Amino acid sequence: MPILGTTVQTGSTEFAENRQCMESLVHTLKERKSQAALGGSERSRKKHTDRGKLLVRDRIDLVTDEDTPFLELSELAAHDMYKGACPGAGMVTGIGTISGTECMIVANDATVKGGTYFPMTVKKHLRAQEIAQENRLPCLYLVDSGGAFLPLQADVFPDRDHFGRIFYNQAQMSAQGIPQIACVMGSCTAGGAYVPAMSDETVIVKQQGTIFLGGPPLVKAATGEEVSAEELGGAEVHTRESGVADHYAQDDREALLICRDIVANLNRTFRQPMALKTPVDPLYSQDELYGIIPKDTRKPYDIREVIARLVDGSEFQEFKANYGTTLVTGFAHLYGMPVGIIANNGVLFSESAMKAAHFIELCCQRGTPLLFLQNITGFMVGRQYESEGIAKHGAKMVMAVANANVPKITLIVGGSFGAGNYGMCGRAYSPRFLFTWPNSRISVMGGEQAAGVLVTVEEDKRKRAGDPPLSEEERSAITSPIIDKYETEGSPYYSTARLWDDGVIDPAQSRQVLGLALSSTLNAPFEAPKFGVFRM
Amino acid sequence: MKFDTIFIANRGEIACRIASTLRSLGIRSIAPFTPPDADSLHVQTVDLAVPVESYLDGEALIKLALENGAQALHPGYGFLSENATFCQQCAAAGLEFIGPDPQAISKMGDKLVAKEFMADAGLPMVPSWSGDPDKVAEGAERVGFPLLVKAAAGGGGKGMRLVRQPEKLAEAVERAQGEALKAFGDDRIFLERFIENPRHIEVQIFGDKHGNAVCFGERECSLQRRYQKIVEEAPSKVVTPELRARLVEAGVNAVKALRYCGAGTVEFILDQQGEFYFLEVNTRLQVEHPVTELVYGVDLVALQIAVAQGEPLELPESYLNPRGWSIEARIYAEDPDNNFLPSVGTLHTFHPPSGHNLRLDTGFKQGDEVSIHFDPMLAKLISYGRTREEARLNLLAGLKDFAVLGVTTNIPYLIRILSHQTFIEADFDTQFLERNPEHFEPRVDPDERELAAALAGVFGRSNAPRVLSETTTSPTSPWQTLGNWRHN
Repeated sequence: MPILGTTVQTGSTEFAENRQCMESLVHTLKERKSQAALGGSERSRKKHTDRGKLLVRDRIDLVTDEDTPFLELSELAAHDMYKGACPGAGMVTGIGTISGTECMIVANDATVKGGTYFPMTVKKHLRAQEIAQENRLPCLYLVDSGGAFLPLQADVFPDRDHFGRIFYNQAQMSAQGIPQIACVMGSCTAGGAYVPAMSDETVIVKQQGTIFLGGPPLVKAATGEEVSAEELGGAEVHTRESGVADHYAQDDREALLICRDIVANLNRTFRQPMALKTPVDPLYSQDELYGIIPKDTRKPYDIREVIARLVDGSEFQEFKANYGTTLVTGFAHLYGMPVGIIANNGVLFSESAMKAAHFIELCCQRGTPLLFLQNITGFMVGRQYESEGIAKHGAKMVMAVANANVPKITLIVGGSFGAGNYGMCGRAYSPRFLFTWPNSRISVMGGEQAAGVLVTVEEDKRKRAGDPPLSEEERSAITSPIIDKYETEGSPYYSTARLWDDGVIDPAQSRQVLGLALSSTLNAPFEAPKFGVFRM
Repeated sequence: MKFDTIFIANRGEIACRIASTLRSLGIRSIAPFTPPDADSLHVQTVDLAVPVESYLDGEALIKLALENGAQALHPGYGFLSENATFCQQCAAAGLEFIGPDPQAISKMGDKLVAKEFMADAGLPMVPSWSGDPDKVAEGAERVGFPLLVKAAAGGGGKGMRLVRQPEKLAEAVERAQGEALKAFGDDRIFLERFIENPRHIEVQIFGDKHGNAVCFGERECSLQRRYQKIVEEAPSKVVTPELRARLVEAGVNAVKALRYCGAGTVEFILDQQGEFYFLEVNTRLQVEHPVTELVYGVDLVALQIAVAQGEPLELPESYLNPRGWSIEARIYAEDPDNNFLPSVGTLHTFHPPSGHNLRLDTGFKQGDEVSIHFDPMLAKLISYGRTREEARLNLLAGLKDFAVLGVTTNIPYLIRILSHQTFIEADFDTQFLERNPEHFEPRVDPDERELAAALAGVFGRSNAPRVLSETTTSPTSPWQTLGNWRHN
């Protein structure tokens, strides 16, 4: 298999400057992540542990297999939203192995507003379920939540993708044979009661877990009956009388051990058959990516330098290397698993789009998962390109991406603009996972281009009305708010806060993240290839 | 004094071997372990295992032994077993070192001193010379060619050079000195007559604190590769009762001269005329001690402990006649078909044979990692029979039933040796394996090949991709290999 070479000069000033720039971006990322990982205030964390409860990440560490990875998702959900009241959206989601089985874990963080569901909490929960459903990962819900965050009920309760969808998903997944397991480690009130009730198997912790449709205050208001939470819906009631829960645990630790045993008995065997190789590290260090990615995002660089630092042995069999060269396609392995890579190396032309469509068809025929490395300003524009039919060629690529039956994983390593985002499997194209680098930008077009478009529209309007052209001041009054808005909204933090991706990651950890994600996708069988009409 | 607790300053098969005797004697056993050994067999075998940084940290070992109530320390072989300073430190700390005194260890540890000492004691010597390196040519003339240039502080063949012609001498001396300096930090060398086609014969000696000396009959250890023993047996086909009596007499003389206490081995080379020459004394238990145990019906470790406890050695004369035959094969994790390169990995399958005429000494169990950090010896398989042929067939059957998967072993090589006509006739010398490597190359039996093809057809599709069907992720999945990974 051909091995990718490198022309990177690690001693150059350019490398040093790039590295400095990326280091500062990663530094910010790490700071934000570690801040979010704290969860609620110190007081509320202490209150939580004083009650004999474990913090959410400690629960996850205990329930997953010892000395194995945990691929946390959307750690910065709700970042800079709700006046900072909801770090991590009050929930930890991610994939870990439990008794050797890859599982999706959805865990409330009761130290954040009592684990109540903000709009982004709902979105994060639903996204985790979506990942679980697409990849057939058993779900473990570590429940410790007061239900919907009442002040924002209109954005949490009524719509299709709101609170109720959680239980709909549980019902659907249960029907599809994707195990649903709940571990009640705190309150599960009202709608929340359906998480354990809708699960296949449920554990409840003595003195901590409660499940009821109406809590003691509501019962008192409605019927005048005075009853304690434990009497109303504690572990004794539900494991001895009601049968709402199946396993009685003395404390958090025992509950998590029971969860491990439940997973050990799931009797899951399926993995997508594929020709695996022995994994080997890339020849070049991932850390060098810091110095390779230009600090000026518009500056071109060879995406093969990135590929060489992600894939096994830096081995890459390029497909159509001489054709449509602004897109790099080829076969490689990630931790021994075969993967087809589609990576931008410039603007998309008709040839590059057709090459992508061809390559995607190859991967679908062969059952090779797809990895998209996005750094795309868009499709080429201009008369020549429109007349040669770039729209229909781009459509072929979009058709192929949308219908690809193999798992797709997208990593945004730079810009993600316009129709390029579609062709390169942006969020709307349902990649199984989508991660971004902290230097990335996502918007319909660049801020300056958008401002330019708006100025042109305004000037045309004035010309038609016979008004004088825009003054420099008027021009900047139009452009600068637009540029500012695009600057804010195009930031990966703005994206990740709103769950437009599954997390912003350190470039130097990309191989691990992608490897774990790819392995997770192999729990679901690949379907037979089937595409729609390719406009010729 | 009677010991109730003994500290075994070792690991692996010998630690297990010693622990097994201690258990049968009702003595509590303690052994150290380093982090990679935490789940190893010796840790599971002893009554108490204590963590250490290194098996060579004598002070730490002594401290642990005393802290945990041991009265004595058994050094096993290797590591600190022949370290006189360590032996002294034990004594100074009030811990009985199960072995000879430090003087005997240091005397026998220096090959030149040992030779001089044993020559004085009347043991037969290979003509040799040592002295001023400038006069090496004169020395060579006295010794006679062919001769060997050897490192004074050496062992394991390091710093050793064979010289057949006088004109090659100077260069050989220089290179031997260089190697010796590098390997042992000591460039002293000596010359010794090279005995053509010799056999390696050794006797098991024992002394007690009362001046009694005992010597068991010979072990035949001629089958070697690069000066490492591979197959050993007791007794030897070529040793007559008359020769045995002379060997034993030499062994007893050695014990008496050294006022030796405990177990040791005197090694000799035996030439084609039946003359034997002193080689060296190993002041510890040998790897191949089990063959002596089987033919003399003795537990040498138990005897070591008795002697250390101050009991007199009183063995009836009849005890010292070998009964039957015993052969030991050393099973190594190495690839005989690829230059004997060490093989590392996980012992996915480790299924030793069973049989009432087989003994297995091992420090490994299924699931263990074989690493490059320690000796690649996986096990010793030792057979017993009324005759040599019976012992040979028992061992052969045992080797064929020994299933090891996960690492490559020398088992097929051992099977080839044991099936070879030369081995059957016991007509070999120390150079035999290296002189005739082609006899031991893998032979593909056409029937076996057909059988293998048929099995492959039944149990797997030869070129088909590997299909994962376990519930768990594959062993190569990043879930299994990344450890406690988290986003940073």
